[in-house]
Amino acid sequence: MERIFPKVTGNAKIAENTYEMRLSGDFSSITAPGQFVNFAVEGCYLRRPISVCDVENGILTVVYKTVGKGTEIMSRIRPGETMDVLSGLGNGYDVGAGGKRPLLIGGGAGVPPMYMLCKALVRAGARPVAVLGFNSRNEVFYEDEFKAAGAETHVTTVDGSYGIKGYVTDVIGKLDYTYFYACGPEAMFKAVEKTVKSDGEYSFEERMGCGFGACMGCSCKTKYGSKRICKDGPVLKRGEIIW
Amino acid sequence: MVDTKVTLSGWELDNPVIPASGTFGYGKEFAELYDINILGTFSFKGTTVEPRFGNPTPRIAECPAGIINSIGLQNPGMEHVISEELPEMKKYFGKKVIANLGGANIDEYARLAEAFGKEEQVGILEINVSCPNVKDGGMAHGTSCENVYNIVKRLKSVTEKPVYMKLTPNVTDIVSVAKACEDGGADGISLINTMTGMRVDLKSKKPVVANKIAGYSGKGVFPVALRMVYQVYEAVKIPIIGMGGVSCAEDVVEMMLAGASAVGVGTANLINPYASKEIVEALPAVMEKYGINSLKDIIGGAHNG
Ligand SMILES: Cc1cc2nc3c(=O)[nH]c(=O)nc-3n(C[C@H](O)[C@H](O)[C@H](O)COP(=O)(O)OP(=O)(O)OC[C@H]3O[C@@H](n4cnc5c(N)ncnc54)[C@H](O)[C@@H]3O)c2cc1C
Ligand SMILES: Cc1cc2nc3c(=O)[nH]c(=O)nc-3n(C[C@H](O)[C@H](O)[C@H](O)COP(=O)(O)O)c2cc1C
Ligand code: FES
Repeated sequence: MERIFPKVTGNAKIAENTYEMRLSGDFSSITAPGQFVNFAVEGCYLRRPISVCDVENGILTVVYKTVGKGTEIMSRIRPGETMDVLSGLGNGYDVGAGGKRPLLIGGGAGVPPMYMLCKALVRAGARPVAVLGFNSRNEVFYEDEFKAAGAETHVTTVDGSYGIKGYVTDVIGKLDYTYFYACGPEAMFKAVEKTVKSDGEYSFEERMGCGFGACMGCSCKTKYGSKRICKDGPVLKRGEIIW
Repeated sequence: MVDTKVTLSGWELDNPVIPASGTFGYGKEFAELYDINILGTFSFKGTTVEPRFGNPTPRIAECPAGIINSIGLQNPGMEHVISEELPEMKKYFGKKVIANLGGANIDEYARLAEAFGKEEQVGILEINVSCPNVKDGGMAHGTSCENVYNIVKRLKSVTEKPVYMKLTPNVTDIVSVAKACEDGGADGISLINTMTGMRVDLKSKKPVVANKIAGYSGKGVFPVALRMVYQVYEAVKIPIIGMGGVSCAEDVVEMMLAGASAVGVGTANLINPYASKEIVEALPAVMEKYGINSLKDIIGGAHNG
């Protein structure tokens, strides 16, 4: 973990209530896809945890949905402003576990961390397949980015206004894969858990006090004892989760 | 050179800054960021006889100037802390530490005090009779003068170490509780623990925290904590570790003027992991600005005249 003060280089709306922010700084503390950063937001007492979507050449990309006060304020930040960021938090995904054909499952605000993971898997020689789930056409983002990164990409929308009508699980059932990685709402996880046929890992969210392991605010019970989502997670292996 | 040293029951601290229990773990996460030996000392996570998972999540909710938490004393238990955490802590913290202890009943408090009283790494036993987030004991002990009196008396019979009673602000008359502690033989008082509070989510229309009611801490509680330290200082002779909402070096000085001999920094560490370090480093300049040569001299200064 590191506290840094990177400069915002971009903050643009890319879909309904969805923004992509780019920041320039030293992000060497980010060592794995699936890690997150914690933003101090002017006017909010606690920080806001957001997943790393990508880091390359000293530029961090995050994609976030505006769901409340903090993310609304973030969406109004202009390029040139400086942010107070705790960087390199959490464990991240195990890229080495993916095998030849890893499956990436992202639901809504759970799609962003899959992007850096996708790139890492391709770099490691895998041929990932990505299934990205959204509610509706106007919420869809990053389809082209996943394709460009080298993933076979399927998009689902609940209302059928774009891609395949239905849920990510409607597609997953028809695919072959060596391992899976999932990020999204817990309701999606429960459906995924019933559908998947391989080992894999899930990335969890919890309300956080500190985000770096000090307060015990984010604890969850696993088969191997209690873990802190912020420090021992957010990624947990399928085999250790108590549903 | 200004003098930041203070003394708690014969134990001289380099400065009065003490990260508060439950906001600093066992120090490890912070030791990865800076040399925590610059602190006066710190108070480790509230420890109970048996391991505890704590309450269901969500356990944290945000407030305009603070947070509410309902952790519920999650800790690995007394035996684990003594056999694993203390030896580990020795590697990165060379000073004595404050052991924060939580019992379900008077016998448990005695077992904890006896066990941690034998540890040379422990400087003070801070007895948590004020946790609002546990059913069995906690705050229920700290709201009764008779209970705190009986607990201190018993603890003083099982340990030689200084016993500091950590009090809850959720009482009608903090002064009488503090006096009962002193009468029972307490060596000092720590206050305040969190104030009970809650938040309701407008979208779900349900309490944000799973436990519904939780403990409020952070910037917003500072004036309440300060007032209580001020009142207790007038009533007792034993030293006070003042805490509640302290966020900067100016707050430390203010707390000491009200009557604190040392000052706890809690929630501030969660938002800025360097908060305690920054406070330690800012203290000398703040002292100079206000013409303070020695911090010891200002304790209770607000009561003069
Ligand atoms: C490890 C992690 C990674 C995340 N990554 C992303 C991401 O890449 N993109 C994205 O859009 N969102 C992500 N989130 C969710 C994001 O943190 C919340 O949407 C955001 O904190 C909401 O803040 P707000 O002030 O707008 O909402 P409010 O509801 O006003 O927030 C009130 C409080 O609740 C907390 N909170 C609200 N929703 C959540 C939530 N879902 N999880 C945790 N805390 C919450 C806030 O941090 C704040 O303390 C992530 C959460 C976690 C824990
Ligand atoms: C997340 C959290 C956990 C806490 N855990 C404990 C604990 O285990 N034992 C204890 O005596 N106090 C505990 N406290 C109370 C603090 O030590 C402190 O008394 C209180 O938060 C007021 O100080 P602050 O406003 O600076 O945080 C906890 C507070 C927080 C925020
Ligand atoms: S949020 Fe503090 S321990 Fe995870």
